[in-house]
Amino acid sequence: MIEIENVHKSFGALEVLKGINLTVDKGEVVSVIGGSGSGKSTLLTCINGLEPINSGRILVDGIEVHAKTTDLNKLRRKIGIVFQQFNAFPHLTVLENVTLAPRKVKGLSRQEAEEIAVKHLTHVGLAEKLNVYPGRLSGGQQQRMAIARALAMSPDYMLFDEVTSALDPQLVGEVLDTLKMLADEGMTMICVTHEMSFARDVSNRVAFFHKGVMAEIGPPEQIFGNAQHEETRKFLSSVR
Amino acid sequence: MFDTALSFNDLLFLLKGAGVTLSVTAFAVVGGTALGLLFGVLRSHVSPWVMLPLTFVLDVFRSVPLLIQLILANAFQAIAGLQFSPFVTSCIVLALYTSAYCTEIVRGAIEAVPPVTRRAARSLGLTWGQDMTQIVFPMALRVGLPSWIGLTLGVMKDSALVLWLGIIELLRASQILVTRLQEPMFILLIAGAIYFALSFPIARLGGRLEKRWQEND
Repeated sequence: MIEIENVHKSFGALEVLKGINLTVDKGEVVSVIGGSGSGKSTLLTCINGLEPINSGRILVDGIEVHAKTTDLNKLRRKIGIVFQQFNAFPHLTVLENVTLAPRKVKGLSRQEAEEIAVKHLTHVGLAEKLNVYPGRLSGGQQQRMAIARALAMSPDYMLFDEVTSALDPQLVGEVLDTLKMLADEGMTMICVTHEMSFARDVSNRVAFFHKGVMAEIGPPEQIFGNAQHEETRKFLSSVR
Repeated sequence: MFDTALSFNDLLFLLKGAGVTLSVTAFAVVGGTALGLLFGVLRSHVSPWVMLPLTFVLDVFRSVPLLIQLILANAFQAIAGLQFSPFVTSCIVLALYTSAYCTEIVRGAIEAVPPVTRRAARSLGLTWGQDMTQIVFPMALRVGLPSWIGLTLGVMKDSALVLWLGIIELLRASQILVTRLQEPMFILLIAGAIYFALSFPIARLGGRLEKRWQEND
């Protein structure tokens, strides 16, 4: 379970998260929507411990992410994150990209890591690209590789940060299909997304962020059919 | 009275000088690169204010002509009673000179690695050290190698200045032969050819590595 309790986060004088409270249960898919600069992506990087927070706390399976005693590198094995940019390691082949963390972080042998990597790369449809360098892949393929790379650490939670935003429109579908597949398999996911149809069809709950505040959260039917907050309605009418 | 033809022994004398050039260059490049790596990592990770003293010292090494550095270092070591041989003094000065340039190459190459790529590596649970060795250094190497090759070739040619400390390296050996044989064009042509023979494999190696990496990108 991910528990976010009254989290505040500022970059200098700019407060980007203003007291966020959110609990995500195991197996749940929560989509986070909202305009640019509403704090959605920052929240994900805070959950992963990539950004410090100013106050409040975030617990992952009861472990406080920002506690000084927490071994963040160990905790991050539980939490996979995929970013908007593909962030492939360009000097490594697809297979090496995916086996790197299992070998170096989990201490698996090359053979064990490759078995896991092949399984996940096959899962995301990249079985034919094992020995190809990322520079030879399309954006959609690179993003699917990034998803496989995160999955290879066998995380309990996956965070997706606008993973389709940098893709050409014709490549968005293949990545969304991968996310849907993961959701169907019961992966706990928090997805920051601008794909409203994805949020509506796949999520258990949808959270709307506005100016650093979680203005509204509820089942997709509520958010897309009967939004309670004025800003939610405005936002949805602007993206439709 | 004097033998005015180039003998086999003269060629050996030149090659021996080339060996000294190669030795000074090797010590300078290995030492300078090791220091440059250390300083470059520090420069790219530690606050510029904290690094100000080191940055200043490195700027001095980059700004003052190498010849002046060599002569001053040789004088200072004698005054300090260190009793370094001219060869050791030359290697130390050239290594520091090389490190000053190498630091900037390393810093620039590390900073060319996109922060988001490093963030992705850390998000997978890689430690700072693993991020540096597995992601940053291999990626930075591709960026910094052409400049480093250029630096190495430059240092090899700059190493000729150690003749001012009385070291008989390739250029000094050539000068001695020119004085005796009075054939400056011919002798310098041979010396130039030897410099080229020493430099060419390094340049080619760099070119081949770059080509191989480009094929993967």
